[in-house]
Amino acid sequence: MPRSDRARPASWRYRRAVPAVVMMVLTACGGSTGKPGVQGSVLVSAAASLTDAFAEIEVAFEAANPGVDVILNLGSSSSLRDQIIEGAPADVFASASRSTMDQVVAAGGVAGGPHVFGHNLLEIAVPAGNPAGVTGLKDFADEDLLIGLCAAQAPCGAFGREALQKAGVTPAVDTDEPDVRALLTKVEAGELDAGLVFVTDVLSAGGRVDGVVIPDEFNVVADYSIAILVDGPNPDAAAAFVAFVVSAEGEAILDSYGFLSP
Amino acid sequence: MRRRPPAVLIVLGCLGLALFVVPFVGLLARTPWRDLPDLLTGKVVTDALRLSLVTSLMAAAISAILGVPLAWLLARVEFPGRSVVRALVTLPLVLPPVVGGAALLFALGRRGIIGGPLEQATGLLLPFSTWGVVVANTFVAMPFLVITVEGALRNLDTRYEGAAASFGAGRLTVLRRVTLPMIAPSLVAGLVLTWARAFGEFGATITFAGNLQGRTQTLPLAVFVALESDRSTAVALSLVMVAVSLIVLVALRDRWWRAL
Repeated sequence: MPRSDRARPASWRYRRAVPAVVMMVLTACGGSTGKPGVQGSVLVSAAASLTDAFAEIEVAFEAANPGVDVILNLGSSSSLRDQIIEGAPADVFASASRSTMDQVVAAGGVAGGPHVFGHNLLEIAVPAGNPAGVTGLKDFADEDLLIGLCAAQAPCGAFGREALQKAGVTPAVDTDEPDVRALLTKVEAGELDAGLVFVTDVLSAGGRVDGVVIPDEFNVVADYSIAILVDGPNPDAAAAFVAFVVSAEGEAILDSYGFLSP
Repeated sequence: MRRRPPAVLIVLGCLGLALFVVPFVGLLARTPWRDLPDLLTGKVVTDALRLSLVTSLMAAAISAILGVPLAWLLARVEFPGRSVVRALVTLPLVLPPVVGGAALLFALGRRGIIGGPLEQATGLLLPFSTWGVVVANTFVAMPFLVITVEGALRNLDTRYEGAAASFGAGRLTVLRRVTLPMIAPSLVAGLVLTWARAFGEFGATITFAGNLQGRTQTLPLAVFVALESDRSTAVALSLVMVAVSLIVLVALRDRWWRAL
């Protein structure tokens, strides 16, 4: 018999069970609010315009479901759609454009939904103080101003071009930014005189950006929808997250960021 | 009689080679060969190719004009803070290109510390212009030239320069007739690296110069945009970049690579 065995108590044999027992005790004593059994990470691919609203929804959802970690993957809806169709692992997709979500549905990527959870309108963003004196969409045709749009395949770019077409304006664009937040950052920094973003983006920038309202007859309504994805790593948590976003609490958070109720 | 190389080296080497080859195979597999002639003559592709070639060549030229003197100073002159300067020159190599682009925007943008006064005084605005692309490309690519040339200068036998000086040649004449010809292989290799880096630049360009077809949308930016809207065009653009790069590298072959 090796020397190390001799002096030990009998309970030494059960030493490997100790961590498991401790975990079971801790889990049993854990928070009892929220769905029991919803655990793990849930990967949410969300449109860039949802950055701030979903950050707060993440905090609220994790508070209600202590075992869950929400991981936000933000980007333009079109690049997220591509990632999903190419097979990137994700549990939930929240899109700023109906057509992008429809493309994911058509590719067979959606397991539950889509549910429309909000609407958004376009607004002209200008640097604080509106140094170039932009008053409306017609200023987008001014060659002397530095004008930014989102790239044509991003929702805000597609909707923006639609609004300009409605207003009969041929814009003198200086840059097509990859997503709405990149555009907002350049407007905020004063490097662009004006950009076409969403109402919620202007709100989220607070006093750093001013907004110029677009009349309803030219404006375009963006329908935001959310869906559970096929082959997601954590379908239970995905369902819980989607349910939270469309619940009263989720809608209240979205309202507070300027999204219109569905 | 030649011995076979060690098996471990063969296996690891082949794995390394696969890492390079497989993505190209994937690209070729996705190429729409029948539509390729149409795609390659599309405006998006020709605009992007023209912009990429023009801006990368200009960036290489500016890098040579500014970089060779800088490299000479770093290699030959003992001035206080030389190691700091050398670190600064190397910084764009390790800095993420987007960070470089943001820094350029803060300095040379409309509200930038230099860009603001520059615009007030001359009306010249670099962001969202083709010259902005050249500046962004030069920023990320010039360190390659400086480092290559500085290394070559340090390894140079200075006795030839001494001999030329003793025959009465002025310092600039020595530089022009003795030093530069002696480091020519390294200079060319450095220029090619610089050009290649500028040709492939994405992050600093899109952040500083923006993205507009015909004005600032170089090949890498065009691929990025096309990936989301028109997959076939994206593949065609990628093939163009690979083809141009291959042509340059094959043209160099062994002659200049040895100097790196």
